[in-house]
Amino acid sequence: MTSSPEPEGSQGPVARVLDAADISRVVGRISHEILERTNGPADVVLLGIQTRGVPFARRIAVRMGEIEGAEIPVGSLDITMYRDDIRLRGPRPLEPTEIPAGGLDDRIVVLVDDVLYSGRTVRAALDAISDVGRPRAVQLAVLVDRGHRELPIRADYVGKNLPTSLAQSVRVHLSETDDVDEVLVLGGGA
Amino acid sequence: MRHLLSTTDLTREDALLILDTAAELARVTDRAVKKLPTLRGRTVVNLFFEDSTRTRISFEAAAKRLSADVITFSAKGSSVSKGESLKDTALTLEAMGADAVVVRHQASGAPYRLAHSGWVGCSVVNAGDGTHEHPTQALLDAFTLREHLGDLQGRRIVIVGDVLHSRVARSNAHLLSTLGACVTLVAPPTLLPVGVETWPCAVSYDLDEALEGADAVMMLRVQNERMNAAFFPSTHEYSRRYGLDTRRAALLSDDAVVLHPGPMNRGMEISADVADGARSVIVEQVTNGVSVRMAVLYLVLGARAEDQGGLLPAAEAVPA
Repeated sequence: MTSSPEPEGSQGPVARVLDAADISRVVGRISHEILERTNGPADVVLLGIQTRGVPFARRIAVRMGEIEGAEIPVGSLDITMYRDDIRLRGPRPLEPTEIPAGGLDDRIVVLVDDVLYSGRTVRAALDAISDVGRPRAVQLAVLVDRGHRELPIRADYVGKNLPTSLAQSVRVHLSETDDVDEVLVLGGGA
Repeated sequence: MRHLLSTTDLTREDALLILDTAAELARVTDRAVKKLPTLRGRTVVNLFFEDSTRTRISFEAAAKRLSADVITFSAKGSSVSKGESLKDTALTLEAMGADAVVVRHQASGAPYRLAHSGWVGCSVVNAGDGTHEHPTQALLDAFTLREHLGDLQGRRIVIVGDVLHSRVARSNAHLLSTLGACVTLVAPPTLLPVGVETWPCAVSYDLDEALEGADAVMMLRVQNERMNAAFFPSTHEYSRRYGLDTRRAALLSDDAVVLHPGPMNRGMEISADVADGARSVIVEQVTNGVSVRMAVLYLVLGARAEDQGGLLPAAEAVPA
């Protein structure tokens, strides 16, 4: 649920909190943590939340595959139709939802997103998952947790905990969509 | 976009957004739970002043798959048959708290009147008005064509039959040309409307010539209920000159498809073996109708009151 780029610099200072090497190390650590927590890759399905959760999920799946020598099922989830703010924000174009061929029933689904903020996206994703299948368990992996939760939701795997103020905004750029790997904090006194 | 009244209102971007949204929503049909919570708590009223089975059922299925509440209001057996005016019916709907009205009316322009009169504050979707437009039919036809032909840019599409009485032909001629297709209308001169030369398409009276190498052909129903004059000498002659049979279907290009908005007069504008043949996508059109109408209801009902322009709200920052 990262926003589209807007003129940067208009919001004051910009701080780069993660660079390409940091993000690569986060992918490696989260891959190991998932494998440790789930006792190996059997039954694990990664689902990236559109849009930037998807390339992040694919990177974790590739890394987990390298570690275990097995292919990890990875898919994407568009939660637009499950949002609770359609009446406030208006409609948005839909992105593809790709559920891996094995489905989600009795699997351990790891939801993957770039930024965890209010928790409303994850709430919508949980609803979307329950319409697709009935996983044995659902876990959550995020690149950045910036706090300010509005719902009782927490992440199981966190790339970086980033204390922010509400005046700041967090931008995640991944090379698949933005040509560069970095996490920026804009505005406030960052 | 708060209303969908006519395909002439749609830009290429709007049309592609509706079709792409429909393509994603079509995949909900393959799931165990064929329902999305998007329009939960919203009310869609189907207001049908004219008989219709497939359009009404299609809109009803679309609204229900998006979790909206559906109220169906047919002219027969309602206060309309007692002489209630469109305005009074509209005020009743407004008082009941409708969020969207899907309207079919025998008078051209009735949906426009409803949307712009100030009688109702809700969204209006045209489900066919008189001989004017039937935009969701054109959108589902374009959706079906895109599934088979890909991008419609430069594709040759022939629309055959009773163009005079056909809101489907008018909506399709405009939408398909907006999407870049080259549209040719084929009809007896008596069944072409006045002013057809201003439409963005070619006109021909020779079906064989028009079908040569075409990428798709759309047969229109001969609307017997509107035939109040001698538009053609006999059904046999009509069928021979403007009907689609196996010989004519063979003139089409190899990957061409045959469409018909239904209900068909088998043996009149289309022969049974073509209607049931391998090129026929007539049943797919019905399936696609639900997905396209879901997309339209989502985009129209999701639009905020202040968004009068395009389908999507102006770009704004969304907190991550």
